[in-house]
Amino acid sequence: MERLVGALEGLGESAFALSLLMCAGVVLGFVGIWPLFAVWLERKASADFQSRLGPMYVGGFHGWLQTLADGIKLAFKEDLIPAQANRVLFWIAPAVAFCGAFATMVVIPIAQGVEIVNLDIGIFFILAISSVGTIGVVMAGWASNNKWSLYGAVREAAQLVSYEIPIALSLMIPIIAVGNLRLGHIVGFQCAGPEDAGFVYLSHHGWLLFYSPWTLAAGLIYFVASLAECKRAPFDLPEAESELVSGFHTEYSGLRFSFFFLEEYVFMFVVSIVGALVFLGGWQPLPFVSFQFDNPLMKLIGAGILLGKAVFLVWVQIWLRWTLPRLRVDQVMTMGYKYLTPLAMLTLMGMALYQYWGCRYIPGIL
Amino acid sequence: MAATVEARPPDKYVDVRTQELQINMGPQHPATHGVLRVAIWADGEIVTRAEPDIGYLHRCAEKIGESVTHIQYVPYTDRYDYLAAMNNNLGYCLAVEKLAELEIPERAEYVRVIVSELNRIASHLMAIGTYGLDLGAFTPFFYAFREREEILRILEWICGARLTYNFIRIGGVMRDCPEGWLEDITRFLDYFEPRLEEMNELLTHNHIFVNRTANIGVVSLEQAVKYGLTGPNLRGSGMRWDLRRDDPYSIYDRFEFDIPIGTGIKGTVGDCWDRYWVRILEMGESVRIIRQALDQIPDGEIMAKGVRHLAFKCKAGESYQAVENPRGELGYYLISEGGQISYRSRIRAPSFCHLSILEEILPGSMFGDAVAIIGSIDIVLGEVDR
Repeated sequence: MERLVGALEGLGESAFALSLLMCAGVVLGFVGIWPLFAVWLERKASADFQSRLGPMYVGGFHGWLQTLADGIKLAFKEDLIPAQANRVLFWIAPAVAFCGAFATMVVIPIAQGVEIVNLDIGIFFILAISSVGTIGVVMAGWASNNKWSLYGAVREAAQLVSYEIPIALSLMIPIIAVGNLRLGHIVGFQCAGPEDAGFVYLSHHGWLLFYSPWTLAAGLIYFVASLAECKRAPFDLPEAESELVSGFHTEYSGLRFSFFFLEEYVFMFVVSIVGALVFLGGWQPLPFVSFQFDNPLMKLIGAGILLGKAVFLVWVQIWLRWTLPRLRVDQVMTMGYKYLTPLAMLTLMGMALYQYWGCRYIPGIL
Repeated sequence: MAATVEARPPDKYVDVRTQELQINMGPQHPATHGVLRVAIWADGEIVTRAEPDIGYLHRCAEKIGESVTHIQYVPYTDRYDYLAAMNNNLGYCLAVEKLAELEIPERAEYVRVIVSELNRIASHLMAIGTYGLDLGAFTPFFYAFREREEILRILEWICGARLTYNFIRIGGVMRDCPEGWLEDITRFLDYFEPRLEEMNELLTHNHIFVNRTANIGVVSLEQAVKYGLTGPNLRGSGMRWDLRRDDPYSIYDRFEFDIPIGTGIKGTVGDCWDRYWVRILEMGESVRIIRQALDQIPDGEIMAKGVRHLAFKCKAGESYQAVENPRGELGYYLISEGGQISYRSRIRAPSFCHLSILEEILPGSMFGDAVAIIGSIDIVLGEVDR
C-alpha cells in the first residue's frame, strides 16, 4: 500500500489525493465488513456456549448473512432524536466515537511492509487516537438528556481514563526491548534472524510474549486492560444492561446506534491486532521459528496468519463475555488503580532493569 | 442534564458533593423482574434513598375472589406467582377444602406434592438464572432455562399447560398421571442432580459472582422477622423456618428433608449470596422429596368423592391456609357465608412483604448492588400487585 502511495505521488497532487481516497476506502470497507463477521461470530459463539443454535437461516450457511440483514434493518429505522436532547452533540457523537476506532486502522501493518502510513510513532498514535472515542461516548451520554445515559457516559469516562494507564505502560514494556514505536519494527524485532537466513530460520528473540517474564506479564496486563478499553465483559459497565438499560446509547436507534455498535467491534479488532502484532509475533506463525515473508504470496499468507491471531483474540474476548459476571463499578476502579497500574509499573521497572543488566551479564538468556 | 446536576455554591468548607439525582428504575427496566418501579435517589453511584412503587400489574385479584365461585377462582390463582402456579393452586385448594371439610384421596395428595415440588425447582431455576443475568452472567441463565424446560415439558404432559396450570383442583387434581409420567420424572431427577453441580461451578463459586453478592444487601435475622420475610429470604438470614415442616399441610409430614439456611460461608449471614445459596440447596431438597413421593405413591382415586363441581358449596366459616411457596409463605384467608362464593378472599403474598425491605437495605449500596439486591429478594410482580 505504501509503495502504491509512493508510486502515485509521482503522478501529481490529484493522483495523490485519489490514492488517499483509495486508502480511506480500503479502511472503510474493512471497517464495514469486519463487524458483520464479528457480530456473527459473537452470536454463534455465544449460542455454542449456551446450547443454542444462534442464527441459522439468512444466507443459508449458519445464518452468515444475518448481521447484514440486521444492519439493513437498522439503516432503515426511523431517525429518532429525543425532544429535550442537545441535537448537535447527539448528532455528532456517534461519528466522533466511530472515528476514534476507525482512524487507528491507518497505522496497522497487515503484512510485512503493507500499511497505509508507516508512522514512526505508531503505537503512540493508536493510544492517542483511540481515546477520542471516549469523547464521543461522553458526548452521547450527555446529549441524550437521559439519566441512564449520563451514568453510562460518566462510567465510561472514568473507566477508560483509568485503564489507559496500564494499557500504555504494558505496551511500553515490549518497546523497551525493541526500541522503536513503529509497529512494523516491533514485528521485525520478533522475527530478526541471522543475515544469511534462509526461508525458515531460528529468530534471535522470538515472540515478545515469551521474550522475558516481564513481557509475558505485560501481555497479560495488556489483554485485561484492553477488555476494559473495549467495554467488554467483565468490564462492560458503561452499557451494563441490567443496571443502566443500555448505558450511553439508550436513546440511540437506527443508523446512529449502529455506529456505536461498529465502533465497539472495530475497537475490539484494533486492540486484538495490536496485541497480536506486539506480543504474538505479528504474521509469524511460530514463537521462535520465523519464516521469510518477503514475496507477495507469503505476504498474503502472513496477513491471513495475523488476521487469524486477531480473530482468535477477539474470540477470547467473546468467550470471556459469555462466561463471566460483571464487576461492580468500584471493583473495576480497584482493579485498574490498585492492581493493574502498580503491576504494570513494576513490570516496566523490571523490564528496564532486565534490559540493562540481563543482556550483558546473562548471555544466552535471549 | 445540566438542569438537574448543579454544583452547590462554594462555601467555607470544600464540599465536592453535588445535587442528588433522582432516577426512576422501572417500570420498564431489565432488572426489576416485571413492572416494578423503584424511585432511587443517588449520590453519584451510591443510593441514598429508595422507594419501591407498585401497582402497575394490579388486577383486582382479591375482589375477583369475592365475585366468582370457588371452583372458578382456581385458574386466577395461577396468575399471581406465575412462576409457581402449582403452589398457588395448592394453597387455594387447601384453604377451600378446609372450609368444605373435604377428604383428599391419597394418590391425589402425592401427585400434588410431586407437581408442587417440580414447580418449586422450576421457579428456583428461574430465580437463579435471572439473578445471574442481573449480575451480567448471561450463560447460566440459558443453562437454568434448559433444565426448567424439562420440568415445563413434564408438567405440560400431565395438564396441557406450561405456565398457568390450573391442575390442582378443589378435591384433588385434574387428571391421573399419564402412562410413563412417573418414570419420566425419575429420569429427569437423575439428569438434574448433576446439573446442580454444574451450576455451582459456573456461577455459585465464581470469584466475580461471590464478590458481587457476598456482604451485599445483608438482612439481619431481626430485620427479616420484623419485615415479615419468609421462604428463602428468611432462611437466608439464618432462621430454620419452613411451613412444610413447621406447619405441615398436605402430606409433607411424611417426607424427610432438610431445611437449608444461610450460614454466611462467603460473607455475612443474610447477604445476597446466602439467599442465592439457600435456593440452590432447596432444589436439592425438592429432588429428595419428589424421589420419596415417587416411591410411596399409591394407586387409587384422584378426586374426592361427592365434589359437585357445578354446584360446589362451602360451609359458612373462615379459613386461613398458608403454604410454603418457592418465594415464601403464601396465605389464603377465606370467609364463606355458606354459598358458592367467598364473602372475603385475602391473599398474603410473600413478594409483597419482601418488597418492603428494599427501602431499608438499598440505601448505602452502590447502583450495581441495588440490582443485585432486588434480584436476590426474588420478587414476582404478579404476586406483589395481585
